[in-house]
Amino acid sequence: MSDSKIQENLQKEDAYYVNMGPQHPSTHGVLRLRVGLQGEKVIHVEPHCGYIHRGIEKMCEKDTYSQIIHLTDRLDYLSANTNNEAVCLLVENALGIEVPERVKIIRTILDELTRLASHQLWWSVMGMDLGALTTFFYGLRDREKILDIFEESTGGRLLPSFNTPGGFMHDIHPNFVPRTKEFLAYFKKKLPEYNRLLTGNVIFQQRTKGIGILSKEDAIAYGVTGPSGRASGFACDVRKHHPYSAYGMVDFKEILYTEGDSFYRYVARMDEMWESMKIIEQLIDRIEDGPYTAKMKPIIKLPAGEYYQRVETTRGEFGVFVISTGDKTPYRMKFRSPNFANLSALDYMSRGFKIADMVAIMSSLDLVIPDIDR
Amino acid sequence: MKEIIQYFSDVFHAVKSLLTGMRVTGYYFFHHKEIVTQEYPENRATLKMFERFKGEVLMPHTESNEHKCTGCGICEMNCPNGSIEILTTFETVDGKKKKIIDKHIYHLSMCTFCGLCVKTCPSDALAFGNDFEHAVFDRQSLTKVLNKPGSTLNKEVKE
Repeated sequence: MSDSKIQENLQKEDAYYVNMGPQHPSTHGVLRLRVGLQGEKVIHVEPHCGYIHRGIEKMCEKDTYSQIIHLTDRLDYLSANTNNEAVCLLVENALGIEVPERVKIIRTILDELTRLASHQLWWSVMGMDLGALTTFFYGLRDREKILDIFEESTGGRLLPSFNTPGGFMHDIHPNFVPRTKEFLAYFKKKLPEYNRLLTGNVIFQQRTKGIGILSKEDAIAYGVTGPSGRASGFACDVRKHHPYSAYGMVDFKEILYTEGDSFYRYVARMDEMWESMKIIEQLIDRIEDGPYTAKMKPIIKLPAGEYYQRVETTRGEFGVFVISTGDKTPYRMKFRSPNFANLSALDYMSRGFKIADMVAIMSSLDLVIPDIDR
Repeated sequence: MKEIIQYFSDVFHAVKSLLTGMRVTGYYFFHHKEIVTQEYPENRATLKMFERFKGEVLMPHTESNEHKCTGCGICEMNCPNGSIEILTTFETVDGKKKKIIDKHIYHLSMCTFCGLCVKTCPSDALAFGNDFEHAVFDRQSLTKVLNKPGSTLNKEVKE
């Protein structure tokens, strides 16, 4: 063992251990962190997963491809629609089915609405974690408008289960387009309010600036994707680099910062909300009349082989890997969830900072626990 | 001297940022009409869910107590968590044996509202209801029989 390794082990032995979670309010679910402390300083963090493990990957092995969709809703429940789309795209690509243009455009709009709703909730709880409960009410007020759009068209507020291989369960509601336009006009006025309320706030800035720094190299090494990775300068936007659905048709900017601290992870997400609105604006008038689904067989069987599909969810790159033996159920299904990779960097990021800073770091990573445990 | 100026400018900017935030909250303090809180249990009479809201699975019946379920079992087969069970019996009409449903059992406690049963039903016998207040004291009452007692198959449904 090298000297530094021995030193590190000694430090770990001397540390005072505190459990953060599984019932801690700022872990947003049942994440248990075993935090080694020296005074108030964090020596190392050990995440203990599995408190909400449901065996979704195993459950997928007995379900048909259209039944799997509703399980993916329950991974990262705040980007449920995007997760659904990943499985649908995989099945469509494996079978070589071309979905109608209308489906592609609506999927992209729904994805971006999901992203907006998720970022609104993240903004709300980030403020709340750092002591500003006001933001929680302001964020949820605007999120309600998006949930209404979802509820009217898909029937589900949080977990729509709207995508099926080939298209959608049913057609969108006639009110979908006017409501979305109304929301965009409304939210453009409200988003600057977010900045006035929290971004400039002195307490917030002092608690996030320079906290939990992650360099570009480390972001790549740990596989931190999504806005958290992009705030460190890691250009990892799947929408930009491997466009799927209608992302190839639109013009948008990949938000990149190089600072990589909690504050810039915050800023990256705030900027992403503007980009999402820009994408929806470009597509909302391009929805043409037509079928809402491609023609599919009632029983979907993938040809034998291995398939992989990735999409950009709100928190980063989400991948689905399937081994098929030509049956109607997959032989093995594996999800690459962004939160699991993002969590792995938490130990590295929070070393040397105070225990209170861990709340800021975790909030800025925007962890969703069911996605980690699956 | 420079440090003192820096200190006071920091304090000034801090107070300014707090006031900017308070201006937003102050605006809503004096503009009651822009507050959108719904007083949920009190507004039950006026609360209307959207038409497509997935609250529970129902079997719509006509006025003459007829449903459209032929008992084919496609919904049972498509349900990912086994929340639908169909019990069938045989009925003799004009000397021919015919399969009819005895009970269409729906376990609300297991349902995840994926919508596959409603989507795949070939005779559109199932639909979603808007009721979302499912809390009960007794777990047994979450198991429901969807076809009403004494109901028959609608004549228009082809088998």
